[in-house]
Amino acid sequence: MTSYLSIEHVHKTFGVGPTASEVLRDVDLHVDRSEFISIIGHSGCGKSTVLNIVAGLLETSTGAVILDGREVSKPGPDRSVVFQNHSLLPWLTVRDNVGLAVDKTFRGKKSRAERREWVLATLEMVGMSHALDKRPDEISGGMKQRVGIARALAMEPKVLLMDEPFGALDALTRAHLQDEVMRIQSDLGNTVLMVTHDVDEAVLLSDRIVMMTNGPAATIGQVLDIDLERPRDRLAMAGNPEYNQYRAEVLRFLHERHRNPESEAA
Amino acid sequence: MGAILDRTMTFGSGRERPAVAGATPQPVARKAATTATKPRKIPGADPGAWGRRLRHTAAVVVPPVIVTALFLLIWEMMASSQGAVLPAPSQVITDTWDLIVNPFYDHGGNDVGMAWQLLASLERVAYGYALAVVAGIGLGVLVGQSTWAMRGLDPLFQVLRTVPPLAWLPISLAAFQASNPSAIFVIFITAIWPIIINTSVGIRNISQDYVNVARVLRLNGFEYFTKIMLPAAAPYVFSGLRIGIGLAWLAIVAAEMLIGGVGIGFFIWDAWNASMLSDIVLALVYVGLVGFFLDRLVAIVGNWVTRGTQAG
Repeated sequence: MTSYLSIEHVHKTFGVGPTASEVLRDVDLHVDRSEFISIIGHSGCGKSTVLNIVAGLLETSTGAVILDGREVSKPGPDRSVVFQNHSLLPWLTVRDNVGLAVDKTFRGKKSRAERREWVLATLEMVGMSHALDKRPDEISGGMKQRVGIARALAMEPKVLLMDEPFGALDALTRAHLQDEVMRIQSDLGNTVLMVTHDVDEAVLLSDRIVMMTNGPAATIGQVLDIDLERPRDRLAMAGNPEYNQYRAEVLRFLHERHRNPESEAA
Repeated sequence: MGAILDRTMTFGSGRERPAVAGATPQPVARKAATTATKPRKIPGADPGAWGRRLRHTAAVVVPPVIVTALFLLIWEMMASSQGAVLPAPSQVITDTWDLIVNPFYDHGGNDVGMAWQLLASLERVAYGYALAVVAGIGLGVLVGQSTWAMRGLDPLFQVLRTVPPLAWLPISLAAFQASNPSAIFVIFITAIWPIIINTSVGIRNISQDYVNVARVLRLNGFEYFTKIMLPAAAPYVFSGLRIGIGLAWLAIVAAEMLIGGVGIGFFIWDAWNASMLSDIVLALVYVGLVGFFLDRLVAIVGNWVTRGTQAG
């Protein structure tokens, strides 16, 4: 069986010789179209490295990433990234930040007017139509991340990569954005790979949770299928025994079987 | 290292001048102003708001007025005492009144009004500085982008930039065989170093986040240069441009003293030879004011171009 996105026995070592450090060992993962996958693990376990390898921002030492039948070797718009710190260009307006991505991705495929329409449509989808001509320093952190998500979605990627997308936000904004991402994902059917360290976020959003062991030489410790019906409601989930069981399982993995190396040292 | 130091120095001195904060509100200054007026919702309807604004203006204007007046007073007293050599301010004004009220007269040769003298100097600065901006940003980008170019060129730059402007003049005269291109070259070679160094520091400090965005979007070289590199480095580039314009103006006055012709530098030298000390004082005031306005001009352009890029 061939899957939409496969991460095939990926190893990653940084540096060479005696100072080399093995970050990932034999990471193997297969993702189907429209699946929402979370990668969870303690900080420093290399979960962001996995994401960056899929994005093409880092190269594998051995092993390969195959997306839709083609090997990934460099970054490209078919794997757009939502960066942890939004990474909007501060000298461009909200509209132009998304516009740059759209123009670059669809030049030659859509007319100028169509591209402009498409920018407006994606910003509408994330609820940012009111701030088209604002610059990033004029809007809040949550809004910046919305624009970051719009920029990534606007490229119509085959797989959407999110690197702790809500990590820098306050709890209320985070919950709100999680709900939006769930809604958008169910509307568009995106394939999503998300790195997180938030257990609730992982259980609420994912179809499968990939739990990573601690580094160095981290690998996939366990994959948990989340069989909760969609759409999922945050409030209903709080009293749902299944939800809490999944949650407990992730917590057990993180805090019993693979305790945080930093807390052990303390 | 030196470039970073220069940058903080310029910005620091810029903040201290009250006129700066008023003319070009930085994000911080703007925020402070909003909080200050917040309790008064309609400024016109409330007499207190006007009073407050008046008091604020007075607080900004009064100290420089007092200090300048004191300075002139002490100067006047010292210059009026027995055996004083330098003219008092009142003396300067009476002696140079014709020059002050007729800035645009033209009696041929070197005998032209102060405005023409200043404009002649400014023209030389404009040529030399424009060349320095183009070459400086170009070299700065090269050195910032390529580690090989940096290792090769940096030692050369570090040595050459410490050569005083006037030391370049003899060799420049020998090379160009004419005074005007020589003066322009001295401006160029004086102003270019801070521009190169600050530009390269700016390029080197481009956040990895922006580089990653460019890679995911697959921007090509030209797009990367215009959409990411130039805007990201712009605050650094402009602090280099600002230091550069100051140095250029310093150098032109000195260079003109040696090469002669029309120009504020030679005007000062000529006045010294004719023992017209009052003319020199007037010229120094003009030189200072023009230098100040050049600095403000570059700073204002810089603030306008880099608006929004300072705050993350």
